[in-house]
Amino acid sequence: MSKNSFKVLRPGINTTFQDLGRDNLYHVGLPFSGAIDKRNFLIANSLVTNREDDAVLEFAYQGPLLEFSGSQTSIVITGNVSFKIIKKDTSEIKGECYKTYNLNNKDCLDIISTEKSVYGYLSVKGGFQINKFCNSYSTTVRAEVGPNDGKKIEIGQTIILNTIDSTIKKSLEYSNSKIEFIRVIKGTNFDYFSEESVKDFTSKEFTVSKLTDRMGMRLSGPKIKNLKKTNIKSEGLGKGVIQVPADGDPIVMLSDHGTIGGYPKIAVVISADYDKLAQCPPGEKIKFKIVSLTEAENLYKIYTMETKNIISKIK
Amino acid sequence: MIKNIYNLGDAALYCDFGDTVNKETNLKVINYFNDIRKKNITGIKNIAPSYNKLIIYFDLELTNYKNIKDTVENLDVSTFEAAKTKLVKIPVCFDDEFALDLERVEKRVGLEKKEIVNQLISQKYFCYMTGFIAGMPFLGDIEEKIRLDRLETPRIKVPKGSVGITEQFCNIYTFESPGGWNIIGNSPKKVFTKDSAKLTLIDPGDEVEFFEISKKEYSKFNEQK
Repeated sequence: MSKNSFKVLRPGINTTFQDLGRDNLYHVGLPFSGAIDKRNFLIANSLVTNREDDAVLEFAYQGPLLEFSGSQTSIVITGNVSFKIIKKDTSEIKGECYKTYNLNNKDCLDIISTEKSVYGYLSVKGGFQINKFCNSYSTTVRAEVGPNDGKKIEIGQTIILNTIDSTIKKSLEYSNSKIEFIRVIKGTNFDYFSEESVKDFTSKEFTVSKLTDRMGMRLSGPKIKNLKKTNIKSEGLGKGVIQVPADGDPIVMLSDHGTIGGYPKIAVVISADYDKLAQCPPGEKIKFKIVSLTEAENLYKIYTMETKNIISKIK
Repeated sequence: MIKNIYNLGDAALYCDFGDTVNKETNLKVINYFNDIRKKNITGIKNIAPSYNKLIIYFDLELTNYKNIKDTVENLDVSTFEAAKTKLVKIPVCFDDEFALDLERVEKRVGLEKKEIVNQLISQKYFCYMTGFIAGMPFLGDIEEKIRLDRLETPRIKVPKGSVGITEQFCNIYTFESPGGWNIIGNSPKKVFTKDSAKLTLIDPGDEVEFFEISKKEYSKFNEQK
């Protein structure tokens, strides 16, 4: 019996294996990486009854077109994603997110695109036959490490799936909500910036620019004026850190960010709002709001509770 | 030893060891880094040492800023033995093909190529930190005679293996990457190995020495490819 597999007929723009990320390697220059939208990642694995830290395929904008070979498997897609299943007899099923589907030999899964968002997730019951690198299934393309030789999924390649005993049928009523503000905590160089710029930063809209990928998100809007110095001694960075280079346009560090940087840090996105920020596509307008550390800690508790609550509603 | 501790967002501790960048301050950072790693403190997920800062990331589901701050403040690292360090020798080819910014460097520092190369290879460097891209070592301090600012407009793609200088530092681009350092050579040596048991050739605290190789030796040295 041959193994269950996907043949990649179209790779999509940025399709990679991801899990919860890789710890403890900042000091060699490897960021956490991992699924950008943690909540949708966790829901995807729960829907197909996988382990919480199993690998998924993360895609951005246009997703992959995959042809399934093998006996049978169950899949789910999470996020805000338009996709369809093309059966062997060429009939088509319009896909719904948060609902499992069974694929039979020679069925195709066409992940057309994410809608009003950036990232979507494909989880397969039993997971993929891939190896961990330093305790994680996350691919860090820039350092060429992780599954698939550290590369994005490429056209023509075969992705081997772990075999499963039985298929499943599960679904969840859920839709991704937007929030009015992206909440931030003041950064370590907050006082480098002019009073007017600080006011602009917390009251005016910023637009997500096209210069946005898994490494970072560049914003445009009112220029943030630095009164002190536009370079600091290079130091560590983290997910959600907002740096402002000399040109005054903020850059938010995302999961694959460079681990060291020398631009002043105006603010840091709170952990509870990271998923939502990272899901904003180019052109989307965002507003920042400053909260205290205590508020941020409480908001994260609420965020994790909500995630558990959502997962508990899977039927 | 740590001058100030702040929070960086809600899930990291930002430890400031003072404003000056020198070996002494940096060794304190490295000692703290090694000590915290060895202690395996619950909830700590990642530690990023740099010239004069140490950023400690923790799991907000397991702990919080106050707890980790208390733990770090009460660490006694004064008795901690200095980390074992090594000397790493790195071959560099300074052929014109690789020395992308040679003209600029010559003009700015007022020395000819031969002298610039001699200055660079005449001493050992200290590795302050690794990062930005995987395995990239930040080495210093280079001779004052060959110091200059970074490029006004950074390159979108610096070739893999490039050896660059800026201010008091030099480095090796372990991967193709954007960057603004003045490139004067290229090393065929693999500095980031992808061997999970030993990822980096050069670690913070190590000493590094460059030696010159010819274009012919470079092309025979196929490790990078």
